[in-house]
Amino acid sequence: MKYCDLSKFYDLLLAISAKQSLYVPVNTKGGATWGRYREGVELSRATNTVRSAKDFFFPQTENLMEFKMEGKKIDVIDTREECEDFVLFGVRACDAASFDILDRVYLVDPVDSYYKNRREHGTVVTLACGRPTDTCFCQTFGIDAADPKGDLTVWELENGYAFRANTAKGEALLASVAEFLTDTDDAAVETAKTQIRSILQKLPLAGLTTEGLGKGLTKELFDRPEWASLSESCLGCGTCTFVCPTCQCYDIRDFDTGHGIKRFRCWDSCMYSDFTKMAHGNPRVSQLERFRQRFMHKLVYFPDNNDGIFGCVGCGRCLAKCPISMNIVKVMKTMSKGGNK
Amino acid sequence: MNETLIPYAGVVTKITGQTPDVKTFRVEAPEGGKLFEHLPGQCAMLSVPGISEAMISITSSPTNKDFMEFSIKKCGCLTDWLHAMEEGQMITVRGPYGRHFPVEDELAGKNLVFVAGGIGLAPLRSVINYVRDNRDKYGRVDIIYGSRSKDDLVYYDEIVSEWMNTPDFHVHLTIDREQEGWDGHVGFVPNYIAELELSAVNTCALVCGPPIMIKFSLPNLINAGFDKTQIFTTMELRMKCGIGKCGRCNIGNKYVCKDGPVFRFDQLDELPDEY
Repeated sequence: MKYCDLSKFYDLLLAISAKQSLYVPVNTKGGATWGRYREGVELSRATNTVRSAKDFFFPQTENLMEFKMEGKKIDVIDTREECEDFVLFGVRACDAASFDILDRVYLVDPVDSYYKNRREHGTVVTLACGRPTDTCFCQTFGIDAADPKGDLTVWELENGYAFRANTAKGEALLASVAEFLTDTDDAAVETAKTQIRSILQKLPLAGLTTEGLGKGLTKELFDRPEWASLSESCLGCGTCTFVCPTCQCYDIRDFDTGHGIKRFRCWDSCMYSDFTKMAHGNPRVSQLERFRQRFMHKLVYFPDNNDGIFGCVGCGRCLAKCPISMNIVKVMKTMSKGGNK
Repeated sequence: MNETLIPYAGVVTKITGQTPDVKTFRVEAPEGGKLFEHLPGQCAMLSVPGISEAMISITSSPTNKDFMEFSIKKCGCLTDWLHAMEEGQMITVRGPYGRHFPVEDELAGKNLVFVAGGIGLAPLRSVINYVRDNRDKYGRVDIIYGSRSKDDLVYYDEIVSEWMNTPDFHVHLTIDREQEGWDGHVGFVPNYIAELELSAVNTCALVCGPPIMIKFSLPNLINAGFDKTQIFTTMELRMKCGIGKCGRCNIGNKYVCKDGPVFRFDQLDELPDEY
């Protein structure tokens, strides 16, 4: 365990940012967001950023390739470039866990080379959650906000920060700023963890369970009548998928630049009516089917294909952002209640 | 690092009109030969950059060593463009994607019944020609193929000149309504299955066509003695990636692009009734 006194902490960040791009949560008019660290930038003290950090590995839009078209001829141009090293400082436990979920999609064969490139060059520094809030339910999915994963875990203590490297990347980052660090024992961190866990226990969603949900339950849950009432008021706006750290569906489209064709990928949403629309019709005809797909995917299909791991990390963003206050917690409560019948 | 989303450029060397709205496109690598190898029932993503990309089944047999073929119905932006283009035009192709028909496993040594409607014959043609080129590995072959009219039967010339002249191949064509110049069977495919009194012994059935045809063909095959483990079909849904990541072609926990498009009917029973 390493320790950095508060007086040297911003020098430490500056030293990291001198070597590679460093991103931290910063406050803006629109709430906390990820921003490039420069001298004088203050870390946001918000519970979490409005948007998750998934953009860094799976950006909202990215160019995949280009085409040169001349007469009947097409040249396919591979525009991929090696990404530069970067550091995310202050990722919360839920968002760190979401990277494991995205890995299970993008790093399984055939590997998505665009995602892999960023993942390899990014160092994730997590920050234990001192201020979990009433929309938080990461503990429902076995995520420990007091001891998050990541390459390097950081705890905010009274007069400084404690650091623990979890991977070789984390070790390397610590070694690069060794001059700001001193050795310390676990005592202060253990106290901090105990404090955080006592807050977690008191959260309104602390009792939320996954009972009656998960792997192998398609037949039990798919035809449940409650999907109709749950989805009734859904506007299909896609905000939940936009802020969700684990939503990973994408669209691929082409854009004519006037000098050639760029093929890009952008986030898509299963909540949209054209998501599955084909020339001969749309198999998911109404918002009920689309709504059901989103939650069945996170609560049943993803666990089916991933050793029982749920496709939700309990970050609570959809609870805070849904314009009609519908969310995964309401779905879980409704579906597990019926499951006990 | 290899990236499956980046396609190859291929040349469309021949375009054959099949029906008023279906054309078959022969695709070769710019230096000649096939862009990649595949197995019967697999698909590829075809695209015209700037227009769109779509998943299309490979209708040629893998035993064809010179080129790949795609039979495409005109029904949207990309397919309109393809239907309007000329030979010599390049398009992009990536693949092969998905699970193929088990030609070397469950189908080997069996009698085969092919049931197809309209453009649904395209993915089955890959298997049919594979079987013709490996004739000694399979038993009796019955092909039940129907369309709206005689003009809508795809591969009509090939069916008459090649398939009908292959030993122990029994081709049963049908059209929906009486038509001048047609003295063959008239009626829907599912009814024709019942009339033919097929044997299910040591036989597998491969079904592809409009959902309504599949829906009514299945009970008639079961009446003929087929078990669901003997019946295969191939599906299609909207796709963007072809590798189970873009998230839109799932039925329950299965992705049609990678866990399908070929499914055995007992496997489909495990999935929710979404389509």
